[in-house]
Amino acid sequence: MSSVIERLCAVLPDEAVISGAESLQVYECDALSAYRTLPRFVVLPADIDQVQAVLRICYEENIPVVARGAGTGLSGGALPVADGLVLSLAKLNRILAIDPERRLARVQPGVRNLSVSEAAAPYGLFYAPDPSSQIACTIGGNVAENSGGVHCLKYGLTVHNIAALKILTMEGELLEIGSEALDAPGFDLLALMTGSEGMLGVVVEVTLKLLPKPVQQQILLAAFDSVEAAGHGVAAIIACGIIPAGLEMMDNACIRAVEDYVHAGYPVDAAAILLCELDGVPEEVKSSGKEVADILVKSGATEVRMARDEAEGEKFWVGRKAAFPAVGRIAADYYCMDGTIPRKHIAGVLQTIADLSREYGLGVVNVFHAGDGNLHPLILYDVAVPGELEQAEELGGRILEACVAAGGTITGEHGVGIEKINQMCVQFNAQELTLFHGIKHAFDPPGLLNPGKAVPTLKRCAEFGAMHVHAGQLPFPDLERF
Amino acid sequence: MTVNISSLYQELSERVIAAGSSGQPLILKGGSSKQFYGRNVAGEIIDLRPCSGIIAYEPTELVITAYAGTPLREIENLLSERGQMLPFEPPGFGDNATLGGTVACGLSGPRRPYAGAVRDYVLGIKCLTGKGEILTFGGQVMKNVAGYDVSRLMTGALGTLGIILEVSIKVLPLSEFDIALTRKTDFTAALSDMNAWAGKSLSLSAACYHDGQLDIRLSGKKAAVAAARKILAMEESEAGLDYWRQLREHQLSFFNNNKPLWRLSVPSTTGAMDLAGDWLVDWGGAQRWLRTDEPVDKIRRVTAQAGGHATLFRGGDHDGEVFQPLTPALMKLHLRLKQVFDPDRILNRGRMYHNC
Repeated sequence: MSSVIERLCAVLPDEAVISGAESLQVYECDALSAYRTLPRFVVLPADIDQVQAVLRICYEENIPVVARGAGTGLSGGALPVADGLVLSLAKLNRILAIDPERRLARVQPGVRNLSVSEAAAPYGLFYAPDPSSQIACTIGGNVAENSGGVHCLKYGLTVHNIAALKILTMEGELLEIGSEALDAPGFDLLALMTGSEGMLGVVVEVTLKLLPKPVQQQILLAAFDSVEAAGHGVAAIIACGIIPAGLEMMDNACIRAVEDYVHAGYPVDAAAILLCELDGVPEEVKSSGKEVADILVKSGATEVRMARDEAEGEKFWVGRKAAFPAVGRIAADYYCMDGTIPRKHIAGVLQTIADLSREYGLGVVNVFHAGDGNLHPLILYDVAVPGELEQAEELGGRILEACVAAGGTITGEHGVGIEKINQMCVQFNAQELTLFHGIKHAFDPPGLLNPGKAVPTLKRCAEFGAMHVHAGQLPFPDLERF
Repeated sequence: MTVNISSLYQELSERVIAAGSSGQPLILKGGSSKQFYGRNVAGEIIDLRPCSGIIAYEPTELVITAYAGTPLREIENLLSERGQMLPFEPPGFGDNATLGGTVACGLSGPRRPYAGAVRDYVLGIKCLTGKGEILTFGGQVMKNVAGYDVSRLMTGALGTLGIILEVSIKVLPLSEFDIALTRKTDFTAALSDMNAWAGKSLSLSAACYHDGQLDIRLSGKKAAVAAARKILAMEESEAGLDYWRQLREHQLSFFNNNKPLWRLSVPSTTGAMDLAGDWLVDWGGAQRWLRTDEPVDKIRRVTAQAGGHATLFRGGDHDGEVFQPLTPALMKLHLRLKQVFDPDRILNRGRMYHNC
């Protein structure tokens, strides 16, 4: 063991190699903190050469490697492997170039998401994917998870907004994938890498696409006396040929929790509210705003409010952005799910969730990205009550299975990680999982990159049902989560 | 649809398994409208057109799912009846193009720089691998991060990783208003304008320069297009919107020429390139069509120096490499992936690269 430390210290400054138990503890989990494992080492390389040197040592010494950005992930994707090494990319945190003409930003993986839009703002450009953790989360992690955000209905996910990657394979080879042109020869490895949860390679540089910043926003709030009617409202907006920048829904339990917390002025008797954000040039936003207000009234909204100015629009959003902490106030603990379903099944799946909630005797609050059918049911439980945690995670598993049954998926944007690995056995059959393992093997023959995550072994699937793992709370209480 | 799809799939699967055990390469065939694209291949033809028809389409879900053999035209007509479109504006190159061929070839039309490519809209795929297994990846929802993104990996893979059987694609509303505008100018000014405009909210949906003329198309809400028109101060084009259909389908007179046609995909700000021939610059500067007799090596070298890649599109030698050669490390990875999906290397073997 000391020889590995010596080898690491030979390629990195001493302070960039962490091996004491106390210092290692900082890295024992990501934002899914109920899963904790102490790694054997943590290293903090400062450039690509150092990352490459570390990977070569790990390859030769057969040491598992878990790459880590800011550790804000919600599915345990950056959970260390016991006896493994955590490769923190936090020091690779420079924006290398902003090219306003080509509308590209070349950044290191440890750059924070929000800082890209800040750097692009002087040119009237922005980086579209805006996960709720964007103040802290890093671009490398965004690529690993294919992160979305509230605006992805119109502007797409990470996969739609990156042009090129530099990655290091476990064998230590530096690959350039994609290009500054709009496509690249060969297979679409850029898409394959995006959302691969650190299983295929280590991202060491990313070229991001920048978009023109919309000139103006208009926010509408609509109240409905049933979730179904709100669902119809969503469909009616889309049917009229309008793609809002954001389209969010909250159910009554969520509205009440939020109103108690931030007093956003939400109608507390509504069964559901919709928040709709339109953007574009002023002329366009004005005409679309009127059109959407009419559509919402026609589809049965009991009340439609159009923000009169930016300040009022902000106020409408405040409640939505406070939804997670507001729910945190009404329950000892909550567990955030992340299924996606075809929008037409929103009412049906919410009914199933309500039935399951009664069956398990645990409250569920619903808040979601209605535009793209991405649900975030929050299961309320109390970890101090024996058995409730296990009940909560079982209920969560059944909600995800209901999403799959409705033609949806177990994860829209949080990733599989370690958290939803059992549900992967519900969504994919043995042949499909075997193909995933084949892809992993093509990139990482020794299987040392983030082993045990994202794709379950067939053995694990066979055992699924007999296992109990722990669900968690958010350890970044100051981050807005929506 | 009347044909029994599961028995068709069964037959296809059995054929693939038999081909695998005898080592007989198969050539995947849809409408043959893009047969010219890629390297020449040998083998037994497997016709995929019988698997045809729309499986699901609900306009308010913004998703259409169809069998791969469905004619592209049928899909486009259905979408347009409901006020929607395939946003990547795929070229058909004839009336017979199928959905599967469109996705396998991964080609996008003039709207691509502003709306995205085929791969940006593919949500899910059902496919038949070289092992004869029928597998499903992705789905019908916009956001889905469960498992590796095999659907997009298959997009543009020219059928070398699997036979596409079904595809789910995200669709978008047709724009409320479109207009084609034009201006006489030179290449340098046109390139600078196209790049500057792409960085502003101007409802740009296409931009092309050819022979002293800059053509653009604006699409979107009427109010937005009107606002952009005021800023741009360009003439309405006489050819109108049909110009863009002709460009997409390679029906402009530029494409009527016997010299080899190259597609150069380069960063959009790339200046004049040191290659003799006739040029047409599409995609706001990022896709350049070149009719030339310049040597292959020179074309590849000049394009690579610009940070792009060159494809021999039509004409020339399709027995040699048609696509820009990959670095040894990337080629090794391609061969390993081919091995995972098609271990006997029977599916469209060599269509993309010699061994792949």
